[in-house]
Amino acid sequence: MGEGDSSALRQLQSGATLVNRYAIQEVIGVGGMGSVYRARDMHFPNVTKLVAVKEMINSAPDPLVRQTIVQNFEREANLLATLNHPSIPRINDYFTIGSRSYLVLDFILGKDMEAIINDTNGFLPEEQTLGWAIELCDVLDFLHKHKPDPIIFRDMKPSNVMINQKGDIILVDFGIAKTFQTGMKGTMIGTEGYSPPEQYRGEATPIADIYALGATIHHALTRRDPRIEPPFSFAERPLRRINPAVSAELEAVINTALEYDPENRFRTAAEMKQALMGVAKKTGALARIKAATSSIGQIDTIKPLWSFKCEDEIRGTSTVLNGTLYVGSYDNNLYALNAADGKFKWKYPTNGGVVSRPAAYDGNVYFGSEDKRLYAVNGISGKEVWTYHAEGPVRSSPRIAEGHVFIGSDNAYMHAVNINTGRLVWRFEATDAVRSTPYVLNELVYVGCESGDFYAVDFRGALKWRFHAKRAITSSATSSDAALFIASLDGMLYALDPRNGWALWRFRLGKASISSPCVVDDIVIVGASDGFIYAVDAHSAKEIWRFRTEHQVNSSPVAYKDSVYCGSVDGNLYCLEYRTGRLRWKFGTEAAITGSPFVYDDIVYVGSTDHRMYALLA
Amino acid sequence: MMKFFDKLFGKKEKAIVRSQDMANTAPLTEEQIQAIVSGQSPHFDMQQLVAGCGQSVGKQRELNEDSIMALTATIAGNSGNLPFGLYLVADGMGGHQFGEIASNAAIRSVSDYIMKRFHPYLFHLKTEMMEEPFQEIMLGAVREAHKVIQREAPGSGTTLTAALVIGQQVTIAHVGDSRAYFVYPDGRLDPITRDHSLVKRLEELGHLAPEEAQNYPHRNVLYRALGQGDFLEPDIFTVAFPQPGYLMICSDGLWGVVAETDIQRSVIEAPTLQRACQNLVTAANVAGGPDNISVVLAQLIG
Ligand SMILES: Nc1ncnc2c1ncn2[C@@H]1O[C@H](COP(=O)(O)OP(=O)(O)OP(=O)(O)O)[C@@H](O)[C@H]1O
Ligand SMILES: [Mg+2]
Repeated sequence: MGEGDSSALRQLQSGATLVNRYAIQEVIGVGGMGSVYRARDMHFPNVTKLVAVKEMINSAPDPLVRQTIVQNFEREANLLATLNHPSIPRINDYFTIGSRSYLVLDFILGKDMEAIINDTNGFLPEEQTLGWAIELCDVLDFLHKHKPDPIIFRDMKPSNVMINQKGDIILVDFGIAKTFQTGMKGTMIGTEGYSPPEQYRGEATPIADIYALGATIHHALTRRDPRIEPPFSFAERPLRRINPAVSAELEAVINTALEYDPENRFRTAAEMKQALMGVAKKTGALARIKAATSSIGQIDTIKPLWSFKCEDEIRGTSTVLNGTLYVGSYDNNLYALNAADGKFKWKYPTNGGVVSRPAAYDGNVYFGSEDKRLYAVNGISGKEVWTYHAEGPVRSSPRIAEGHVFIGSDNAYMHAVNINTGRLVWRFEATDAVRSTPYVLNELVYVGCESGDFYAVDFRGALKWRFHAKRAITSSATSSDAALFIASLDGMLYALDPRNGWALWRFRLGKASISSPCVVDDIVIVGASDGFIYAVDAHSAKEIWRFRTEHQVNSSPVAYKDSVYCGSVDGNLYCLEYRTGRLRWKFGTEAAITGSPFVYDDIVYVGSTDHRMYALLA
Repeated sequence: MMKFFDKLFGKKEKAIVRSQDMANTAPLTEEQIQAIVSGQSPHFDMQQLVAGCGQSVGKQRELNEDSIMALTATIAGNSGNLPFGLYLVADGMGGHQFGEIASNAAIRSVSDYIMKRFHPYLFHLKTEMMEEPFQEIMLGAVREAHKVIQREAPGSGTTLTAALVIGQQVTIAHVGDSRAYFVYPDGRLDPITRDHSLVKRLEELGHLAPEEAQNYPHRNVLYRALGQGDFLEPDIFTVAFPQPGYLMICSDGLWGVVAETDIQRSVIEAPTLQRACQNLVTAANVAGGPDNISVVLAQLIG
């Protein structure tokens, strides 16, 4: 499409007047073939009579196609002209100017149902939705009883239902409604997701409209848009599982409307209305304050195997080597505890908080401190092996690979230190503090920094490529077979090609994230400061589930067997089924958990800012 | 570093063996060389993408409503080595009018959109990374094509299976029942897309057995197609290019007509990708050629 022909498609501007009569005010809807405008009818100069002007732009170059469009347009106009019902807008006029055709309808002051669903926080109340459903049955019944032939609306969905100021429903968009002659077949017309199976086969019957009404109400009550789900999958999204506030009675009626086999649905809209009226009577207005049945309860009673108290907060993550657990504390010490019973073994004092995660390798433990040093300490005795001066506070965790310790520092360098001697081999200059933990994959080291830059550096310290996020990358990368995943304070989870740094996709988290993602079975799991733990498909970036905690999730999730473990600033450690996000159990500590759990040999180790280290059965 | 020497050494060794073999024989024919080369899967320093295409109106239709587009580029130099490919198959919906307009508009509009985005990064020596992720570009391209079709041929529809290859990644955008497959040298044929067709869905739901699906009268009904409906949700995902292996994209005029085993054999046994495509098209026509046939095959070497 060149720029040139876009003028032919442009929307009318406010101030434009059509056929010397309709003064366009603004666009109120955009559809497949043009816009819907609010306009003032100038034939009533002394009062403000508003109309809705629905435009159809016929820009098809092919004459046959053009002709078909004109026919459809005239059909909608003629059909509307013959219908008289409070839930159907009256048509006032229609005309064609060049390639644009217009229908002039009564203006409905209100909102369409899709906009209402989207603008509502949480679920719509049952009563309100029930009231709309009953009115929709009325208008469908009217259409289906039309003489000589029934009219099938064929496109029932939230955006084609307007709710006026009195709260009554009005059906708009008769573009594809069709009088129905029994036995005739057509092609699938309607909206994917809302249409029943038989409509895909070309059969449009009154009972197809009943299914679409069921789908519309299902969407309204669950907020799950059926257009992005496979067709006929409502049974996989039971109403009350998504929205427990819905009554069992209403669920049963909607399920009947959504039956796969048309024979099992209501036979007429009137019959469905009867059933809905029955629900309204039974549930009444008061019955609704039903506490959501919670499956949580006994799971709060998880007991730790042991706990150990430091003198200050534990903000970082622990690691286990040969039966010993190593963890840093804000009291400046690195602690060594017996992993089996939590008994104190030794502590190594530094001059600053130890907030990162120690790395254990070949009998030694490596860790950084806010005193600007990287330490290597004997894992058994706690004796110092060497220290390295990093020139800035160390909040990054060491990564060990190929005889090097890679570590970031607030002096804006990533340092590569010889693991035996503690001497600098090279350092790589970043544009800001490096708090992210280096990640090694296929002979490249990946690290992010506080300016939002993310680097791939080879083992000689030479930059291979650079990626830029809008804000800091504090979290560490992880990878699956094909991509590298990182989260950023810009609120995005990115998938990058590890070889060249091109972005494959990005997934919008609710807020900034400093949590490092984990990948299991092609599911990328990460926390964010909006309090959610997200699970996203590694190939398609589709959200698989999200789990809400009560506060920021700065902790990095860890997958173990079929669970994922993650802490939250709300003080809990959560254990979720990693495929579904279902809560298995949670364990409450006395203060925020900012570090990440470590799972080893069926035991989860987690530190809390309540100064304690806990060991729990995984 | 050791790995690097291993590679070098390994390569040398092979070369020596080969020259000894040839010492007391006549020069090899082109085919023999091909066979040796393909049998040994030698290490190439430069990665490159190669592709072939085939298309036929078939034996029973007068109009070709399929469209294909294949674009292959390899950029290599000191700054890196980046294979780039864009492959599209679109099958205009026969039951609807103007399917050929829709499929044609789809491939042109999608290619136009994507190439405009990549042009500055591939050819203008821009140093910074492209900000927009591949999947968002694909989504933008498909949504744009959807609009173009609704404008140029309202009421019509088309399938679209598009593969964007960059480096070793393949990003697929898919709507309808054309298919993308990975074909492995050991004979496996893995469909990587999921048909948006009524039959497939009924099969998934257990309302139809696979045998019944074969003869289901509404086999051609799609529940998602480019140009149809006001809201379009294509499947978009990124996977690693199979190595060794092939990427194949085709319309149902091929996959619905030629048995999987015959497809595998045609791909693996043909000396070149072009020949493989030709053989596939011929196989579909020999089987009756009930529908338009389109196929694209691509391979990443090195
Ligand atoms: N009479 C009206 N008064 C006020 N707003 C209206 C009216 N008719 C339509 N609208 C608004 O415009 C939107 C689009 O209208 P409609 O569904 O008729 O057109 P469309 O979607 O372009 O048609 P189609 O689905 O045939 O392409 C509606 O969702 C509604 O928000
Ligand atoms: Mg509409």
